[in-house]
Amino acid sequence: MEMNTREIWTVVHGMVFGFIFLLGFSGALYAVYSLKSERLTIEGMKKTVSIIKVYLWGLAISVWAAVFTGAWVVYPWYRATPPEGTTDLSTFPRSFLLANESTAQWHEFGMEWKEHVAFLAPIAATVVAFVVSYYGPQLARKVGERRAVMIFFIVAFIATAVAGMFGAFITKAAAVR
Amino acid sequence: MAKEMNDKVNGPAAAALLAGGIGSAAMGLITLIYELDDKSGFSKSMTWYKPVGGLSGKSSWAIIIFFVSWAILHFVWKDKDTNFARVSSLAIALLFVGLIGTFPPVWHLLKGS
Repeated sequence: MEMNTREIWTVVHGMVFGFIFLLGFSGALYAVYSLKSERLTIEGMKKTVSIIKVYLWGLAISVWAAVFTGAWVVYPWYRATPPEGTTDLSTFPRSFLLANESTAQWHEFGMEWKEHVAFLAPIAATVVAFVVSYYGPQLARKVGERRAVMIFFIVAFIATAVAGMFGAFITKAAAVR
Repeated sequence: MAKEMNDKVNGPAAAALLAGGIGSAAMGLITLIYELDDKSGFSKSMTWYKPVGGLSGKSSWAIIIFFVSWAILHFVWKDKDTNFARVSSLAIALLFVGLIGTFPPVWHLLKGS
């Protein structure tokens, strides 16, 4: 049950912040989708929107935290260059993966995609949280705005899902220790 | 109640969406330019923090561009109604530029490798 500092940060990055966003996405998307004036009373809509606002800002903060802990805390350990003459690369995940042709693609495709696409998620999630907060209950009557918000939110989810999926696979192949 | 449900101008929402698109496209394009020649002066200038490497500059620029463009667009459009369909279509297109630019096979395709 023991984990070192690096492993704890990796868990915080992926299994806390990233997971919160992935877990919360479908509920939030449905909440925005179902925000339709014909389905809700004005009072009901106000209450629903208040909850959705908190929920969306929570998800946006969580995904910002996921990318910052990932890029600025965990990633330096992943990409650290081993000292000259190191033969045991198990604590240098990037070098470990690149040393073998059968695992190199985990870095060259998986990690390269993950580390870049992930940054689209907090940007898109923040936009979604802002637009829903700005319009409030009025969003129920704005079909185009709701559609745009949902597309941004789905892209945020895709970016997070790619990052999360490759994060899990790469950790299986070469964990940050 | 009727007053509360009066239509708000769409400028602030349009500004946020377009800024999101611009920030995403910035991430995609900066990443693409970097990956096409990671030895260039531009690519070297992306290393803001050595342990994080080029990702430090690429991601920081994208975030700065997102927030600065949002602030500017919000200031310009805060009291205005924009052509929302056009602005949101552009924002979504830019969002997809971000997705394409961060996809490694696209770098390899353009590099011819």
